[in-house]
Amino acid sequence: MARVELKQVTKAWGDVVAVEPTDLVIENGEFVAVLGPSGCGKSTTLFMLAGIYAPTSGAILFDGHEMNAVEPKDRNIGIVFQSYALYPHMNVRDNIAFPLKFQKLPKSEAIARAEDVARLVHVDELLDRKPSQLSGGQQQRVALARALVKQPNLLLLDEPLSNLDATLRLTMRTEIKALQKRTGITTILVTHDQLEATTMADRIICMSRGRIEQIGTPEDFYSRPASLFVAKFIGSPPLNLVEGTGREGRFQTGGASLRLGSDQGAPPEGGIVAGLRPEMLTFGPEGIAGEIVAIEPMGRETLYILDTDLGGLRVLESRPDRTHTVGQKVHVSFDAAETVLFDAATETRIAGAWVAV
Amino acid sequence: MSADLITQQKRRQRTNFVIFLGPACLLLLMFFVLPVVVDIAVAFTDMGRTLKAGEFTFENFERMFTRDRRLLKTLTLTFIYVLGTLAFFNVTFGLILALVTTALPSRAGGFFRAVWLLPRMSPSVVYALLWAWAIDPTERGLINQIFLALGIPILDLQNDFPMVLIIVANGFIGASMGMIIFTSAIRSIPEHLFHAARTDGAGGLRVVWHITLPAIRWPISFITVYQTLSLLVSFEYIWLITDGGPFFDTTVYALYVYKRAFESGQYAYGATLALLLVVIGVAASMLMWRFLNMKALLQEPRIEVH
Repeated sequence: MARVELKQVTKAWGDVVAVEPTDLVIENGEFVAVLGPSGCGKSTTLFMLAGIYAPTSGAILFDGHEMNAVEPKDRNIGIVFQSYALYPHMNVRDNIAFPLKFQKLPKSEAIARAEDVARLVHVDELLDRKPSQLSGGQQQRVALARALVKQPNLLLLDEPLSNLDATLRLTMRTEIKALQKRTGITTILVTHDQLEATTMADRIICMSRGRIEQIGTPEDFYSRPASLFVAKFIGSPPLNLVEGTGREGRFQTGGASLRLGSDQGAPPEGGIVAGLRPEMLTFGPEGIAGEIVAIEPMGRETLYILDTDLGGLRVLESRPDRTHTVGQKVHVSFDAAETVLFDAATETRIAGAWVAV
Repeated sequence: MSADLITQQKRRQRTNFVIFLGPACLLLLMFFVLPVVVDIAVAFTDMGRTLKAGEFTFENFERMFTRDRRLLKTLTLTFIYVLGTLAFFNVTFGLILALVTTALPSRAGGFFRAVWLLPRMSPSVVYALLWAWAIDPTERGLINQIFLALGIPILDLQNDFPMVLIIVANGFIGASMGMIIFTSAIRSIPEHLFHAARTDGAGGLRVVWHITLPAIRWPISFITVYQTLSLLVSFEYIWLITDGGPFFDTTVYALYVYKRAFESGQYAYGATLALLLVVIGVAASMLMWRFLNMKALLQEPRIEVH
């Protein structure tokens, strides 16, 4: 088990900066997800922890010991790659036992341990097969077994579920989470899938363009997105964003004006982006006037696309009213406490500020 | 489908066959099949310098198997030469070059590969001349100059270690072929396999042993078979550097055939010797084909030809 610490870690390839100076602490036994779009530096960060890439500057510490100069083989980490990276010429048993080859362990014990781990991830029936004879899900499990077999201090998962079909992804999500809780290994999951991050991890680190945008629990991300980027990236369907200006307690936008206030002093002034969550908007007798442009049934919920005085809005209704039709004139209202406001210039959240009808 | 259309399609198929396979078949016939046929025919005659075939005779075969005192030694030399060049240079050194240059930063790696390709690109006569200068037995020779500077007594490589000389001279050229094939094979190994092996606890040499070598098994087999055959029949560098000497100490089989046929003018006997070389080559390649399980390397074609 290990406590992982990054101190001002950066990574650049020539002039291209992949990771900006980053400080981070991951506690012993924690399950952390690094979330972000492709090219945001999340995999680079993971590979730096693994020792595959060396940081350009800064220090990586495991349990307080600097790891920068330590080779991957001596870091005692398990890693699952997006492509699984199983050794094609070895069968499943040899693949899983491979990391034990380099520890001074009797061969019989190595095989026994490999088979134990294989049972843990339910691939004990496949031990004599070659990777090419396995399905994607089976390969994924074998890769996981190989990462776990030497009882690593740190488990790194690089988009491990992205090559699986939707149902299998759901099962593996639950299994990996349960496995992590059972083994207590500090685990870092890299993903671009917000659902994967929010369902599996204790804490989420959201990255964009080589910088950490926000660190927090799934709940923090939902109700207090730190920046416009996070607000756009998290949530499905995404937040409605309305651009406008704040002046003397009013939020002015296109054809409408809303009340603007703050729990922490004076109402903000200048360029503001207001975030209205689709699921907090409700139809009612009064509020913002608009017209239904499209209706998208999503099973238990229904998504309405509206053209309103504030611009285009998405409204998510969990108990859909069947009487709504396309072209109907409606009013939507919302609770001021649930709105989030961002400074248009800095793209960061203005704490305490709200808008109301 | 009308009968007309069917005949038309059949004609098209035949035309395609001629257009696509015709040239290759013709070349194969002219440059591979015909020479063998001519060789066999000449082997049963008494053709000499006059190029006249007088009579049908088994005399050449009798001479080859019973009276040629050079033959056994030549075959032994050929065996040492082929095995030595393969084992030290064309496979092993080619592999080392590929491993090292792919591990270097790409620009440096490319530079060293280009350096090792130079001998292959230079005309063989120039290459041989450079060797002749390098091994010059007096203090003018490159190697002896170095030896002198290091205080080592000067050496006559050509007379004292002729076999080492021709193996090294051929190997320096031969290694580049393996180097190129192995380099591209190593490059095609998914990078994540190396990353996985390193995090699994393997150090540099173990990664090579457990990941790289198994992944390039087929290219290694291919180079071994291919280079064996080309070493068996090639003699130009030996001819240019040592001319098979001193005495007959570096006269490998292919050079021996050449000398008998073209330098002594015994065309018929040369043809008979060459025939044995063909038999040896075929036998060697069949053995290696079986031994290295090369059949598994070939894939069924995925294109249907109409």
